[in-house]
Amino acid sequence: MFELIIGHYDYLFIVVLITIGLYGMIIKKNLVKKVIGMSIFQSAIILFYISSAVKYNSTVPILVDELSTSEVITYINPLPHALMLTAIVVGVATVGVAFALLVLIYKRYHTFDENELIERMK
Amino acid sequence: MIEKNIPAILPLIFLAAALFIPLLGVWKKAVAYPIAIITVLVAASVSVYGFIYVLLNGTIRYFFGGWAPPIGIEYVYDPLASFVALVINFIALLVLTHGYHAVNIDVKDRQVAYYSVVMLLLAGFNGMIITGDLFNLYVFIEISSLSGYALIAVGEKRAPFAAFRYLIIGTIGASFYLLGIGFLYFMSGTLNMNDLSSILPFIKDSPTILVSLILIVIGIAIKMAIFPMHGWLPDSYTYAPTTSSSLIAPIGTKVGAYALLRLMLFVFGIDYFSKDLQVAELLAIFSCGGIIYGSIMAIAQKEIKRMLAYSSIAQIGYIGLGIGLANPLGFIGALLHLINHAFMKACLFLVAGNLRLKTGNSDISQMDDSFRKKYPWTMAAFTIAALSMVGIPPLAGFFSKWYLALGTIENNAWLYLAVILISSLLNAVYFFRILEKVYMKSPEKEKSSVNDQVDFNSEEVKPSMLMPVIALAVGLVVLGIFNVLLVDQIYKMMPAGL
Repeated sequence: MFELIIGHYDYLFIVVLITIGLYGMIIKKNLVKKVIGMSIFQSAIILFYISSAVKYNSTVPILVDELSTSEVITYINPLPHALMLTAIVVGVATVGVAFALLVLIYKRYHTFDENELIERMK
Repeated sequence: MIEKNIPAILPLIFLAAALFIPLLGVWKKAVAYPIAIITVLVAASVSVYGFIYVLLNGTIRYFFGGWAPPIGIEYVYDPLASFVALVINFIALLVLTHGYHAVNIDVKDRQVAYYSVVMLLLAGFNGMIITGDLFNLYVFIEISSLSGYALIAVGEKRAPFAAFRYLIIGTIGASFYLLGIGFLYFMSGTLNMNDLSSILPFIKDSPTILVSLILIVIGIAIKMAIFPMHGWLPDSYTYAPTTSSSLIAPIGTKVGAYALLRLMLFVFGIDYFSKDLQVAELLAIFSCGGIIYGSIMAIAQKEIKRMLAYSSIAQIGYIGLGIGLANPLGFIGALLHLINHAFMKACLFLVAGNLRLKTGNSDISQMDDSFRKKYPWTMAAFTIAALSMVGIPPLAGFFSKWYLALGTIENNAWLYLAVILISSLLNAVYFFRILEKVYMKSPEKEKSSVNDQVDFNSEEVKPSMLMPVIALAVGLVVLGIFNVLLVDQIYKMMPAGL
């Protein structure tokens, strides 16, 4: 039981964040809070990639003369970070589209509350 | 050598068009439609050429920036990908031809932005089909989804809320997929699909791979609206404008189904997916649930577009069932249904759009004999597509159901066979009820209050809106009659070990 917890604090933190994000997206009735939940959810996944790519006693992946290329252990794997740059951009675009939709919804129905909204749609 | 560059050309011309339409649209708004239609035309011709080339000369691999995989991103244009790309570009061409008038009426003065987003959507779909890289697939899923939300939101008054719901659910799906490939990457150290499928047998006992498989299946199942995850679909399809729903309904969920097919059968492999684990069995069960649920809900609908949306859930179930059967006949059935359903749904949604533009709404209750007299060709196309959905033999829809049924028999899965047969009957119920009204019910004497702005006088819809519908209906007959040729080609696309 304890070996699941000790040394895996970052993953546990990410699990908590993902749960909060999913809770916000699914349970919260306010549409803006749903978008906030979505942001937390996406950030949690980005953190997951970054924390998994952490490597101690190693340097940025730029070739220098002092370190030979055969010593892979001395370099950090740059790929997860590069992937997450893309994922951050995708996340920003998603939040942008979500807020654009919310502006439209608010202009038409003057509310962000889901129950109220469904009531006014009838 | 143009042939070597086909995999890159297909997504990139759409991306280029998405950039040039707003730039040139500042100068002249009318330029948006010609650019869009020419782009799709070029893409369709390139994919026809590419399909023939791939069948004769084998798979084309394109390495971006000259970096060979697994370091670089690879685009794989194999027979399966080229075939699906051909189908979706062809349907996009027909839908955009229809859009010449439909978009004018639905979207009015925001056409420049609309066509730009349509190009992004198609770029996303083409990319999803052709890419050979897991993360690249995620990026294209998000490109197509984000443009899909925008295209749905331009519809009628309730459309933004439907799109917002789709956005929330779709983001959960895409994020699950991203999480899944994260697990896969940290276990295997590669994102290339080919590379991964050769590494996976050595690490497949790890529970991490299991978790990643589950996350990926759930993520893509949300995108393709497999039964319990279908909640976003009916509203978004109903409230979207005609051109959007006829683009997203036939193509969007199909591309999701293709991604699932590719990942499950080609990357994870048939043994891991169906024998070591029961994921295939679960997928088939949920699909069967979707088939029954979608068909019953479709019977309960009073409005054609909403009925078609529920019918889409059922039809996606067939594809999921075919993948879940995990045998050669199931594979043929799933792939055939992917194509047939794309044709059928495009045809039906365009007909629903035609009716909406002509009569102001598409309620089933208002349909009667006069529809047949006023729109003989539209209704003939509708009838062919409806009969094909039910599965009447010479039409395309029959053959996909036939192969799926044979697949269930091969697995001795009698329950699934029963589901297929029952759902065919349910299909007949909800389509014949419309056909019965259109061909049998004589119009009521007093004309009910009709929207005055809609022109009831002109007989048939405009040629630009009629031709695509008829082309799709003819396509269904052709697909049905030349079915054997198609199945012969599909045998070449089958994954190893099936």
